[in-house]
Amino acid sequence: MKFRTIAASLALVVAAGCAPAQSGSTGEGGDERTGTLRVWLFDEANRDPKEKVVDQAIAEFEAAHEGVTVDVQWIAVESRADKFAGAFNDPANAPDVAEFGNTDLAGYVEAGAFADLTGDVESWEHGADLLPDVLDTATVDGKVYGIPWFTGIRALYYRTDVFAELGLEPPATLAELAETARAVRQAKPDMYGISVGGKYVYAMLPFLWASGGELARPENGQWTSALTSPEAIRGVTAFADLISPGICPPEQCADFTGTQSVQAFAGGKAAMTIGGDFNRKAVEEGGLKGKYAVVPLPGTERGSIAPAFAGGNLLGVFGASERRGLGVEFAQLLASPKYQSEMYSAMGNLPTLASVQRELARNDPFLQPFVESMAAGTRFVPATPAWSQIDAQGVLPTAIQRIATGEARAREALADAERQMNEAFGG
Amino acid sequence: MATRELTPAPARTAVPPARRTRRRGRDGRSAALYLAPAAVLLLGVLAYPIYQLVVISLYDYGQAEAAGNAPLVFLGLENYADLLRRTQFWVVLAKTLGFAAVCVVGSLAVGTALAVLASRVRAVPRMLLFLAALGAWATPAVAGSYVWLFLFDADFGLVNEVLAGLGFDGMAGHSWTFGTYSAFGLVAMEVIWCSFPFVMVTMYAGIKGIPDEVVEAASLDGASWPRIATAVILPMLRPLLLIATIQSIIWDFKVFTQIYVMTNGGGVAGRNLVLNVYAYQQAFAGQEYGQGAAIGVVMTLILLSVTALYVRSQRRSVELT
Repeated sequence: MKFRTIAASLALVVAAGCAPAQSGSTGEGGDERTGTLRVWLFDEANRDPKEKVVDQAIAEFEAAHEGVTVDVQWIAVESRADKFAGAFNDPANAPDVAEFGNTDLAGYVEAGAFADLTGDVESWEHGADLLPDVLDTATVDGKVYGIPWFTGIRALYYRTDVFAELGLEPPATLAELAETARAVRQAKPDMYGISVGGKYVYAMLPFLWASGGELARPENGQWTSALTSPEAIRGVTAFADLISPGICPPEQCADFTGTQSVQAFAGGKAAMTIGGDFNRKAVEEGGLKGKYAVVPLPGTERGSIAPAFAGGNLLGVFGASERRGLGVEFAQLLASPKYQSEMYSAMGNLPTLASVQRELARNDPFLQPFVESMAAGTRFVPATPAWSQIDAQGVLPTAIQRIATGEARAREALADAERQMNEAFGG
Repeated sequence: MATRELTPAPARTAVPPARRTRRRGRDGRSAALYLAPAAVLLLGVLAYPIYQLVVISLYDYGQAEAAGNAPLVFLGLENYADLLRRTQFWVVLAKTLGFAAVCVVGSLAVGTALAVLASRVRAVPRMLLFLAALGAWATPAVAGSYVWLFLFDADFGLVNEVLAGLGFDGMAGHSWTFGTYSAFGLVAMEVIWCSFPFVMVTMYAGIKGIPDEVVEAASLDGASWPRIATAVILPMLRPLLLIATIQSIIWDFKVFTQIYVMTNGGGVAGRNLVLNVYAYQQAFAGQEYGQGAAIGVVMTLILLSVTALYVRSQRRSVELT
């Protein structure tokens, strides 16, 4: 008899739970005008300057809105996936406003967590001033889900002292870039011609795009990888060829990430690197102040600029937020011209408003090459949730590394990568 | 020892039938009472998670599904079929088995050798040996991995410096983590380093537990030392060796931290992936929980069958001796 009760209760448990758990769909949210506004911002290696700017904005916001307090939580970039997944699964504990990377956007939108801000951006006084390429990175299926807070553009850093000593000119095409890099390492065997790495996908993408290739194409609402087109193969090969004994030996460079590539340059181990406007501090703290310059990464033709990857962070409002209006207003305040330029002086982040960018570039020649790259047109990764998966599975780094180490020919490695990408798009 | 456990107790059958059922009923009830806490605990922390794992592996279960923003799609065995179709899965599985085998054999050999050594030296060197082993044992896996990485660092590592100093000029700047075998070898050494102490302590206890008279008798009968070791000591240690081996198989098959840290998430172009890291990279980092659960179930099954096969083979040989 006892066994029967046990069996029955077991059957009940099985019947009740024969599907994996799902949390309830995101709530409707509300528009309360008082109370605590919860905000998630990314923690940075050196947070103090960022925190000061944010504190200033909070003080201004709280003074303008009686009965409102802003509570900021700092989220580590590395553990963001867990944090956000937790917030999506439990809307009651989600913040009202959150900063997030634009490459994560499509996945977050699929989870249905963020509110549609299209109308709020249109009616915003600075909405029309947002750079179109940047606003595109905040858009999924024609709807805007975040206010672009700042953007990051990469360009070519090079050592002016080394170039002067060897009588070299900054390269005008990608082919010249490889030649110049080879020439440097020949003259200085303990230096990398250019420090790039197998895991530095954002440095590879401009090569791919400049050669006329694409990561993937949308066809009838379904993305299809385009990595095996002749243009894409040419572009990826041109990048992977930089990871070779004559330029940046695979033993050291095949596993470099973007940060490691820039560190090698900042440490004086490389004559060139591909770095972002946000890497300026790292490079100057490495003791290279006055010994380096930045030019836009050249394209395949003389005088052209390789399309840069438009990275950057957005400020979104959670759909389940009880204080939607306040959340939008706070995000707009942080993204206003005043705080964008404050953030630039604090962290070196490139603004997303055209007028602020122009203004800053006029006063700071360092920004010129980045603004120029941006004006030449930027590109973005496929706006689909599958991108997070492709990124996490290391599909592109694996392909680059297989080519660079000679484990596979470019066509073969890219065909494998294409298959994996299509699997991710299909699933 | 093991043989005694394995033969059924004959006393039971002597009990008369009527009394037996009554007693068995009472015994059963108190046994159930005593076992209940353990059963509840096991149900909660073992059975339920495994049940969930199996259920999730039958669905297309990603972040959107978990958040309740997309309908659940029942896939049946599609996740498994998909996994078994991938060449990379089989390559990673083969590498994992090879890597685990090397680690198991290595830690057993090192652990047993040092246990024999410990049983034959004086107290002070033995204490030093145990302190060193316990130090390695107590080191957290992440910390241990980083220490080994520093030692074998291409530019600043002590090992390269010493080798270069000894005249091996080619070793200056040599990258230990670049080549497939060199990276696996390095990680295997670290795994052996942090798992031999368990084997050593277990085997030492076993060796100490062998009565002196047995060994004495064998040597009086004229057995040589190798013969005593293989024909007397080893069979007596077999039950302990069995436990140490099963533990090592389970640990080394599931290695994650060392590979993840030392080869930077699976090595250049994923050459050093093992199953656990592969599952994490393919499924959990990519938030494809259904696919990841399928890998988890497959791993559990492989581990269970390897262990079962091993236990069976050992049991048979124990019964023969």
